[in-house]
Formats: sequence, C-alpha cells, structure tokens
Amino acid sequence: MKKFDVLEHTADAKFKAYGKDFEEAFENAAYAAVGLMYNPKLVAAVAIEKIVVHGNDREQLFYNFIEELLFLQDSKQFVFNTFLKKPKIIETNGKFKLTAELIGDEIKDEYEVRPVVKAITYNDMKISEKPLYVQFVVDI
Amino acid sequence: MCSLLLISRMEDIKLKKISDLIWQIEKTGNMNVPAVIYASEKLLEIIKGDMTLKQIANVACLPGIIKHAIALPDAHQGYGFPIGGVAAFDMDEGIISPGGVGYDINCGVRLLRTNLTFDEFTPKKTEVLNEIFERVPAGVGKKGMTKISKEELFEVLKKGARWAVEKGYGTKQDLQRTEENGEMKGADPGKVSERAVERGKPQLGTLGAGNHFVEIQKVDKIYDKETAKTFGIDKEGQITVMIHSGSRGLGHQVASDYIKKMENKYGHANLPDRDLINAPINSDLGKDYYKAMCAACNYGFANRQMIMHWTREAFAKVFGSSEGIDLVYGVCHNLAKFEKHKIDGKEREVCIHRKGATRSFGPGREEIPEVYRKIGQPILIPGSMGTASYLMVGTSKAEEISFGSTAHGAGRVMSRHAALKLKSGEQVVKDLAAKGIEIKGASWKGIAEEMPESYKDIDEVVRVSHELGIGNKVARLVPLEVMKG
Repeated sequence: MKKFDVLEHTADAKFKAYGKDFEEAFENAAYAAVGLMYNPKLVAAVAIEKIVVHGNDREQLFYNFIEELLFLQDSKQFVFNTFLKKPKIIETNGKFKLTAELIGDEIKDEYEVRPVVKAITYNDMKISEKPLYVQFVVDI
Repeated sequence: MCSLLLISRMEDIKLKKISDLIWQIEKTGNMNVPAVIYASEKLLEIIKGDMTLKQIANVACLPGIIKHAIALPDAHQGYGFPIGGVAAFDMDEGIISPGGVGYDINCGVRLLRTNLTFDEFTPKKTEVLNEIFERVPAGVGKKGMTKISKEELFEVLKKGARWAVEKGYGTKQDLQRTEENGEMKGADPGKVSERAVERGKPQLGTLGAGNHFVEIQKVDKIYDKETAKTFGIDKEGQITVMIHSGSRGLGHQVASDYIKKMENKYGHANLPDRDLINAPINSDLGKDYYKAMCAACNYGFANRQMIMHWTREAFAKVFGSSEGIDLVYGVCHNLAKFEKHKIDGKEREVCIHRKGATRSFGPGREEIPEVYRKIGQPILIPGSMGTASYLMVGTSKAEEISFGSTAHGAGRVMSRHAALKLKSGEQVVKDLAAKGIEIKGASWKGIAEEMPESYKDIDEVVRVSHELGIGNKVARLVPLEVMKG
C-alpha cells in the first residue's frame, strides 16, 4: 500500500498520507514530513525518544505530533530512523492522546539533514476517516 | 472572538479593475472591508492560480480591520493570511493573529555596502565565499553552535541586536540602521514557552535552510543617484552583501504555541482556515502573543546581527580589513506592529500585520534613521539566487495606499517538488556558473529547489511597486557569490 503522495504546492510542501487506520496514517505522515529534511534510512538507531502529545481534536493531535518531531530535531538535534513503538492513539471524551517511541540518533554530517521545515500548519489540513487519509501542509 | 468567515468559494470572488495595477475584491458576504490587489495583469494571472485571493478576502472579514486588506505584487498562498499580505486593525475593536504574522517571525533582510569594486573582488571571490561558509553555521546539528544559557537567551529576547552588539558582534551604527533599532520594546521572554526556548538555545546565530542565504552582489544599475549615494551606494560595480534569515525554531514555536492557545480559548468552528485564529489586541492572550512575538523578533534581530558580523570577519580575513563594510539597512518581513497612520485624514495608532511584506515609510517618519529621514526608508527586495535584488526607497504614497508597505521578494511560482523534477542541483550550479554566479550550499537538493525558475519575475514585482509609487527603485544588485543554508 502506498504510504503517502506529494501534492502540488507552490510555496510550501503538501502531502497526503494513507494507512489502514489513523495511527498508521500519522506514522506515514511523519516519514513524509521528515523526508523533506533527511532520509531516515541513513540515520543510526542508537537513541530513543518517547513521544506523548495531546489534542482537543484529531487535527490538533496531528499538528502536535508533527510539531514534536520538529521540536526534538531543533532542541536535541534528534533525527529518527524508525518507530520503535508505532503511534498509539487513545480517545477519551472526544479528546485525544498519542504515544509513540522513536529510535534514531543525534544529527551527524553523514545524515545530510536540511532543516527546511519551519512548522506544521493547519492550511488545507484534512483528516478524513472515509476514505482514510491525512492531508497537510508544512511551512518552508 | 473569531468572526464568521464565509468567503469559502473562489467563484464568489469578483475582481474589479480599478487601474492597470490596482484590483479590488468588493465587499461581499462577511467581508468588513474590500480587499485590494496591487499587481500587473501578468502577476495577477499568477496570483489567481492559487488560494491568494480567497485568503485575502478572508482577511477582510476579520474584526476591526480598517479600510482594506492588501495583497502585494509578490503575493502567494500562505496559511491563514496570504504571503505578501497587509492588514491594519483598530486598536480597540481589532485582533492580532499569529497566522497574520507567519511562522518565521521577523524573517528579514539586511544589506551591507563595501568599498570594494568588482575588479578588486573578483580574484578573491571564492576565497571570501569559503570564509563565509566556514563562519556562518547553517544550523544543522551541533556544528557551529553558540553555547548559551537560558538566562543569556532571555537577554537576547529582551534586547535583540543590542545584545549582539554588546557582546562584540558589530557596532552601534548597525543598530541605528536596523528597523526598530534592532530591538522591539514590547518583548517579554516570560511569555515565550519553555519549548520555544529549548528550540532557540542551540540555533542562535544560524542561517537556517530553505530560502535563507548570504549573497555577495555587485551593483548592476543605479536608478536614483542621489538616494543611492545617501545609502552608501556610489557606483555601478560596487560590491554589496545581502543576508536573509529569521528567528529560527524559536519563532516557529512561538507562532505554533499561540495558534493553539487561541484556538483552545476561542474555538475555530467558524474559521475556514484554522491558521486565521486570532485574539483581540487588548485581550490578555492578544497582549501575551504580542510580547512573545516581540521576543521572537528580537531573536531574529540578534541572529542576523551575528551572521552579519561573521560575514564582515570573512571579508576582513581575505582583504585585511572590514573598513567601509557598513550596514545600509535591515528590514523585517513578518511582524505585527503598532504604528501611527493617517486614515481618512486623521492620524491614529493601528495594529499593522505585514506577512511577507516590507515596511515602506516615506520622508520624515521618525522611525527612519536620521541619516535617511529626509529621503525615506531603505527597502530591500531580494530576488532568487540567480536573479537581481533591488534597493528601493520608501514613499509617502505607500503610507497613503498600503499602510506604508511594499513587496518583500519574488515569491515562488513553482513548487519545490516540480523544481526537483525539472533540474538537478548540479545542473543549477552549472547554469549559474555560466552566468558568473557561484553557489555554495549544504546540499544539491536545496540548491535545485531554489533554482531561479522557481520564482516570479522580480523585475516585474519591482516595476509594479515603483509605478504604483509604494516603493521606488534606487539600485539593482546582481548576485555573484551565494551561500545557501
């Protein structure tokens, strides 16, 4: 199954990520977003970072999830290789919590990281259940 | 406090031609004011190709907006507000919007003049570029990191470029020649989240990637000799340096934090685009955002001040001295500010949002450094890495029709994805070398994405600004050596 598509966007970068459920679509979206900056396959799997984010709705949860990846990259110079624990989403009274675990490494020259993504935006964001996909734009 | 915004369909937008360079979206639906687009027919066709018109019409629906929402000649689709968008809001009824400022708070440009001529510079050009590349960190990983404590960072957030000058990065004259003297007074680091601080600490004094650059240029043409001379541009062939960078992860995090705070407080059910979220200027949250935005702005000022200092050092290393390498001016692109404007004959304070727009103040404004006050504020419009940039001068006409604003750059016409398919980075470097332009970038991909073909025709953007009179041409600068982050 296709993980994501790159959609046309003049100034920034737009993606549509797929999955059998939101958890998988979020995971694929993470690869799409960081794919603009580095190739996760080049990153060594030596350090672990846990992710816990919340959202008042699925859109905010997704926004916070991508923001967390950017936060780890800027603050700890952490880039990831893969998900050690895949995203898990729990809904309680209409609010959402996502947990995941990443394995990766501190940025090194050989990872050829280009920090082009400034932020996740809500612009044109669509979190669709049927058919299941996550569409989003990152600011560059 | 969000308004109901109903301009959701492009078909609902009807454009009225006012003149060859002025177009209007008449007030319909929930628009509080009309929207105007300052563009030639050629640029308007590009603008119509994305969501810009819908986005500027949405801005016209926001509470407390005054007179009109403005899209400038380089406008293109953004998030919430379009890039190249300007709006003024009433201080009592109006709002402040993080999406109206942008994620890269105080992204901006500086121009340095030198005493060097093209002939003096040419034999040493690669050496200078390499020296700049050595000194100015792109901001990836720990390489070139300026170690700084949280307490020290708070000083940066309070003082902006003044912090950098006090630490030995540059001169007092640099401060006088920077918008806001390189220091937004309303900053409160306490309103900046711990997360933003954590992102900002390792990145101070770094260029960043994307369209950020340090570029050595040559004065190609002088249009207004007298003004050019006042700005320190004496002759064609003179070497100048342009620097483009912003407030890095700290600024981006401040924007994200306050977008979420505002939506959690006010909800977003009525917004067609959640990035349009806003708070009343005089609400606690509105005030907090302004204070945090000013702090992020100061980070951007300090950042460019440091990059500029290292650029001077690179020239000093190669040419033995940095004498005569003076800052012409530094401008901001993404900010909300409280400014006095004459509206319907009456002077009043308003909150101006400029997102991807440059302030353009005409002669006499007290905000302009004394040396330039009689002629107007210098404006810097960077092109893409293969095309010209412009030095322009602010006008009273801009104060009349665009709240003292003009364009900020070329604006993209091609997606990064499409650019990568068109040409490789290696090919772009070759093509530019044939034009006498040398590029040094962290990656081939980054260079390919920024190829000149990706951008609008800067000459056309500048022509519209000049003919409308919202920013007048002073000199045309062409690139020689470019460092991309």
